[in-house]
Amino acid sequence: MSLKYMTPASKFKRYLPKDYVELVDYGPFGKDYSEVGVKNMGTFKELVEEHPMCSGCWMAYYIKIIFASLPNPEDTVTIGTAGCGRLAISQAAVPFIYGNYGDQNAIASGLTRAFRQRFPDRQKDVITIAGDGGMMDIGFSMTMHAWFRREKFTTIMLDNEVYGNTGGQESGMSVEGAVLKMSPKGKNFGKMPATQLAITAGCVYVVKMSPTNINKASKAIRRAIFAARKLGPTFIHAYTSCNIEYSIPTPDVFRDAKEKEKGRFAFEEYMTPEAKELFATIESKKKREVS
Amino acid sequence: MSIKNMTEEKNWSGQKLVSTDYMLFEAPREKHFMTGSEVLKEAVKRCTVDASVSYPITPQSEAAHLIGELWAEGYVGVYFRGENEFGVMSEVQGCSMAGARTITTTSGPGTLRAMENFPTWSGTRIPCQLVLMARGINSPLSIQPDNLEVSFLLETGCMIWYAENVQELFDMSIAAFTVAEQPDVHVPIITSVDGFFVSHTREAVMLPPDDIALRPYNPYAAPLPPIDSEMPPGRFLRDPFVMKSNYISYATHASWQWEVRSAVERSKPYARHYLNGLAHTTGDEDAEVAFVACGTAAHQAKEAQRELTKLGVKSKVVKLRTIRPFPHEELLEAVKDVKYIFVPEFNIVGWLEKEVSKSLYGKCDAKIVGRPRVAGGMSMPAEAILQEVFENTGLKKGA
Repeated sequence: MSLKYMTPASKFKRYLPKDYVELVDYGPFGKDYSEVGVKNMGTFKELVEEHPMCSGCWMAYYIKIIFASLPNPEDTVTIGTAGCGRLAISQAAVPFIYGNYGDQNAIASGLTRAFRQRFPDRQKDVITIAGDGGMMDIGFSMTMHAWFRREKFTTIMLDNEVYGNTGGQESGMSVEGAVLKMSPKGKNFGKMPATQLAITAGCVYVVKMSPTNINKASKAIRRAIFAARKLGPTFIHAYTSCNIEYSIPTPDVFRDAKEKEKGRFAFEEYMTPEAKELFATIESKKKREVS
Repeated sequence: MSIKNMTEEKNWSGQKLVSTDYMLFEAPREKHFMTGSEVLKEAVKRCTVDASVSYPITPQSEAAHLIGELWAEGYVGVYFRGENEFGVMSEVQGCSMAGARTITTTSGPGTLRAMENFPTWSGTRIPCQLVLMARGINSPLSIQPDNLEVSFLLETGCMIWYAENVQELFDMSIAAFTVAEQPDVHVPIITSVDGFFVSHTREAVMLPPDDIALRPYNPYAAPLPPIDSEMPPGRFLRDPFVMKSNYISYATHASWQWEVRSAVERSKPYARHYLNGLAHTTGDEDAEVAFVACGTAAHQAKEAQRELTKLGVKSKVVKLRTIRPFPHEELLEAVKDVKYIFVPEFNIVGWLEKEVSKSLYGKCDAKIVGRPRVAGGMSMPAEAILQEVFENTGLKKGA
């Protein structure tokens, strides 16, 4: 039904904004992942194009990967909160909810349950995308409780280890000793163990990564979405550096991401046996996986 | 229960779908004996409610339990306990944005914990219902009847109605969905009662049969579409106003806030119809003394009014049933010839007296006295109201 809604009547099409018509004609809606997807970025109309993120922003790059990985963009809703990420997420051609500070996983809980009530035969994907402050500090209780309640949606944390949007304050995900605003003598505790918390709280699929390989990053995102549909909460903890607050020269952003991949963002992937079985089934099919 | 069982005639639980007019004005009614919490269950049962999220806090907990029972019985689609009131109100927002008719309940400190949500609710134009069973706020700790928290809700852009008793809570909470869901209104509604006095007091109440229910909410008639991805893709916030520093962005934000408040005003004709008026006046038409009150305070004022009649003093009670929108016209009409206005309240700050004074400023010569005020669980006997009358007027006992 959603796909039908977005297709304009032929006579009306010429009056629609060019951007809209291009999205319908050349965007990823209703298309097979093998035609669109991250492998073919640059050859189709992407869901996120213009955005106001800083030059060299690794977070903006990862957000483009998220949107190019959606298995069902015409039936997806994203939810975010304050932070740099929402500046790009809100400009994607996918409905986006900007709620209260840090309440993305609470809104997603209500939204997911009401979707299942209103559309019992349809799969609508709900994804929260927020920063380390939004997920692990101000939104902590709602992040955790959504997981404990086994809410069936995907949580993606864009971890730049700092409050970037508000000007560089310490977050719960900053490293110990980091001298940032609000920790002028250096942060006195280490990074919160987000992925361990997610596993303890009942997430069925958990990944920590520095997304230097787009195929690997995309695979994790798609797995997280597929597992959330059927099994329970899923969580991706991605390193998305802040080149401004951590003074990373633009040409070195990728090198920094590679370095982090060897260190505290070494690839970790956890899945329950049920999730493993699900992925084996889905990934053995070559076709586009739509529920 | 499933939405798949919904037909044109019946909802998922097999109740016959009827209009709000039929439910409130035409359906035969039978007498029951119930508390406010119990009657709210009966109201929700007749409203084809899609979703409810709950959290414990005295005195609203029982009402929330009973909505949970409705879910277990198959009358309500989604029900769960959230992590705290802030989370709950966000979950309510999620349900409502997904196009669900949604209700929740809270009291006192829970209201303040959830505060950030209420202007977000109105700003996103969701028509959800919060039933507030007022109890006052900390510190020091109190769980007793006191409606101080209502003063914090006045400027959130939500509609606020106030029910006096169990019967009014039943009728109002049904009308609330219907008025809030009007396409030209479409803002959240807070239906308030005084905790314990209404939530826990058993009263006679007339109820229509429970095999009828309101027609389901149609989210596609909303002024803002639901966020259910059943619509064409746009780049939804191509130019977020937050990123602009120019006159248009300021004007847009300001005009949206005006629009939310205008929407609340536009609810008046609907509320007049479904509530039988925004204010109810009882007592002597040619009164010298008027009591302007809402909720239980209006009940006590009526008691004082009857006592004054025995003493030969002419008085009237103007019970305000909607606080947002504020019934300016009805209030002025009711008090234009009185000499004294008393505003008895169950809180220390006198938020209703401020509202009344502001509304009547420059329009009415009556002396306005914001007393008696009781708080923290103190009762308001008619004698306390009479004492204020005698102290602040030339009227005397036995006059």
